[in-house]
Amino acid sequence: MKKFLEKAVKWLLTASGFVTSVVILLIIGFLFTEGAGLFREPVVEEGYVLALNRENPVSTLTAAEIKAVFDEDVTNWKDLGGDDMEIVPFRLEDADKYFTQEQLGAQYEHAGAAIASLVASTPGMIAFVPGSMVPEGADLNLIEDKNISAGEVFGGKEWFPTATPAPLFGILPLLAGTLWVSLFAILFALPFGISIAVYMSEVASPKVRNFLKPVIELLNGIPSVVYGFFGLIIIVPLLQQVFGLPVGESGLAGSIVLAIMALPTIVTVAEDAMRNCPRTLREASLALGATKWQTIYKVVIPSSMSGIASGVVLGIGRAVGETMAVLMVTGNAAVIPTSILEPLRTIPATIAAELGEAPAGGAHYQSLFLLGVILFFITFFINMCVEFISSRGRAKNS
Amino acid sequence: MEKIEAKDVNFYYGSFHALKGISMEIPQNKVVAFIGPSGCGKSTFLRLFNRMNDLIPGARLEGEICIDGKNIYAPGIQVDELRKEVGMVFQRPNPFPKSIFDNVAYGLRVNGIKDKSFIAHRVEEALRGAALWEEVKDKLNASAYALSGGQQQRLCIARAMAVSPSVLLMDEPASALDPISTAKVEELICELRNEVTIVIVTHNMQQASRVSDKTAFFYMGEMVEYDDTKVIFTNPHKEATQNYITGRFG
Amino acid sequence: MSTPAYPKDFSMKKRRSQKVAFIVFRVLSLLIVLILFAILGFIIYKGAGVISWDFLSKAPSDGMTAGGIFPAIVGTLLLMLGSAIVAFPVGIMSGIYMNEYASRGWVVKFIRLMTNNLSGVPSIVFGLFGMALFVKYLGFGDSILAGSLTLGLLSLPLVIRTTEEALKDIPAGIREGSLALGATKLQTIWKVVLPMGMPRIITGLILSLGRVSGETAPILFTCAAYFFPQLPASIFDQCMALPYHLYVISTSGTDIEAQQPIAYGTALVLIVIVLVINLLAGVLRRHFENRLKMK
Repeated sequence: MKKFLEKAVKWLLTASGFVTSVVILLIIGFLFTEGAGLFREPVVEEGYVLALNRENPVSTLTAAEIKAVFDEDVTNWKDLGGDDMEIVPFRLEDADKYFTQEQLGAQYEHAGAAIASLVASTPGMIAFVPGSMVPEGADLNLIEDKNISAGEVFGGKEWFPTATPAPLFGILPLLAGTLWVSLFAILFALPFGISIAVYMSEVASPKVRNFLKPVIELLNGIPSVVYGFFGLIIIVPLLQQVFGLPVGESGLAGSIVLAIMALPTIVTVAEDAMRNCPRTLREASLALGATKWQTIYKVVIPSSMSGIASGVVLGIGRAVGETMAVLMVTGNAAVIPTSILEPLRTIPATIAAELGEAPAGGAHYQSLFLLGVILFFITFFINMCVEFISSRGRAKNS
Repeated sequence: MEKIEAKDVNFYYGSFHALKGISMEIPQNKVVAFIGPSGCGKSTFLRLFNRMNDLIPGARLEGEICIDGKNIYAPGIQVDELRKEVGMVFQRPNPFPKSIFDNVAYGLRVNGIKDKSFIAHRVEEALRGAALWEEVKDKLNASAYALSGGQQQRLCIARAMAVSPSVLLMDEPASALDPISTAKVEELICELRNEVTIVIVTHNMQQASRVSDKTAFFYMGEMVEYDDTKVIFTNPHKEATQNYITGRFG
Repeated sequence: MSTPAYPKDFSMKKRRSQKVAFIVFRVLSLLIVLILFAILGFIIYKGAGVISWDFLSKAPSDGMTAGGIFPAIVGTLLLMLGSAIVAFPVGIMSGIYMNEYASRGWVVKFIRLMTNNLSGVPSIVFGLFGMALFVKYLGFGDSILAGSLTLGLLSLPLVIRTTEEALKDIPAGIREGSLALGATKLQTIWKVVLPMGMPRIITGLILSLGRVSGETAPILFTCAAYFFPQLPASIFDQCMALPYHLYVISTSGTDIEAQQPIAYGTALVLIVIVLVINLLAGVLRRHFENRLKMK
């Protein structure tokens, strides 16, 4: 009986030992299955077709081209590889402009035929209509319906998931926004973080250190919404005034808030590393006539470099994945940022802001899961870097 | 004039009275050994000569320690200036995680010497002085950690000597080394006495008798006896010394 | 023998640069203290006036422009409790396994790597995952159950790490002592190792609760309700939560004038929860340390 219990407990403990590994696998699995679905979605909204005049030689269009056509940014077919002829976009809402109510029928039962003949008679027209409305055997040229391609997603410069007829899922602006904000956050946090770590581990008296330690812990404990709220109420208006911006919500506001949030991570890890620098090394340096400061920057910091680097990388990881605070203060404009003073949008903020509105199972929904996959792998990569750096540091010290 | 003079030195760690009324004189260019059981205060005393104990919170000193007639605990004395004069070698080899060259050049650089050719020249001199030059001249840019323990300790001696101090403190410099490396370090000590005054702490009495001119025996924070090494080891005046060197305790 | 010619004024110079450097460090450290106090002080100052018994005990009303935050407080407490039920047993067991049972080096290394990785996964990814697995796949819907599970998984790495570290510091001699008396491994762990590690484990658990209390992103799509004035009746109900409430009120409010005080009040309650938890952990840590010293 006792033996059986021992065995059972052992198995239970072993099973729970692997629970984090299982969770990681599940995360990858679920995010992937949902996210990969995006590449099985058609470029054009499901159930709809793009119809062209028979004479028009164009047969394929990318999502970005379709959007440009319907936004009337591109107005001539020759820009799309066709003949020199004006583009006439047609949406269902435009039907009233061309037809009377009688022509369409009370239940729009004649609309399909009417539109088909309109397209057939207008050489430059492109019509965005439900596939079911197009009559069998109509004399039309349908744009080939392709699936969303990886190139369009990973190389796309526009994120416009709600655009019709063809939503755009280019992640570059989001990726750029995420990296941009995180980079600046680390640039701000780094000098502070290292200075505070040096101060706490090398300069401050034990009393001061015992005061600073809980301060740092508390900074770490404050919820990110509170940081976001603070940023929204204090930092955003302040930046707006100082830089004379049209809106204060900007990459800079996000970076500042993130810098404060990443600070505790950097300080804790870097301080730990410096305190682990052997006392004999410090003594050797001091005994040669070096000052404390010379000892710090010539011996202590170089020998704890791997620890400091892990702290910084972990800080970057925190910044990259932070959601709420960033969502609240960066303004969320999905454009590739040209200046840190402009509003921008990060990957986590996009997920948080849009998932609520994206219909489950649709391309938009799946694209957000794909963003989750990307985010997961960025942080996974960052963690691997930390492991690598600190294991190298350990090897060097032993 | 005596090189180092301690006058009625009392030292406390908080409320612990670690050194009790020690006075001694150390002559120029001699090797003086401190012996005694562990915890007797010999290392603590040694570390007073370059004010290494300043770092310990709650430590307090009474009395005077003079080097070249100047009280090194007088106000206005700069510790870094003092440590340029008084070098130190530690119990375990503690090279910096830098190249061999940078280790030896460290002391010169932190004290403001920028002339590269002089530094290179001085590094070679110091390494030759520590009998290490032939072994490392082809790998000066290799990490100091690539050296063996004995080589590392000689590197630390070279590092201390490169600054050209007039006193060298050695805190059990061979205790972590194998017999062959120990012999090399002892040989070095005998050669270095022409350049510097050496104070060496050791728990190894044979070592003290081999390398030193004078020996001081410490016990429970007091200096029991201080005399020529020959006298201490052949004809000590105090019974405690006699008991210690014959191995009856310690 | 060449003697180095040390520049005369260098000693002064290097001492001066030390002074400057240390002043910079001191100022930057002071600044970070000021930032913390600015955030805390600002929220306490603005929020203190809002806090009243009514604010704490009433549901929001008038389109969330009046009333209190009682359902959000209850929701947050429920989520903390739920995540604790999910994470604590599994996490502690996992920590015990790693420190006491896993014998082969690579197993421990692998698990630790995975645990570290999990702790690095952004909270929004947990949110996505929770939505896909608990809300959709397992069909729990937006519910306290789904939210607790998601938050539980999020706090798992912290619990595991705390447990492992607490147990690691217990000297091996104590285990050997117990085993030598004929106790089985399980008895040794249950009667000797765990009780000794408990103080530190508990401290860590409390801190992990603090983290859970402030998380927003994981519950966005798994549990949190925009407006749900009555108290949840079962674990399959949605609930309000303080952090989400603060987010909603401060970003998508309809009447900023009326809602801002509520936002300050909510932020204050949230901060107080975090402060109390940190304080509690600190006090416990000190208490246990003193007790160990006495022994």
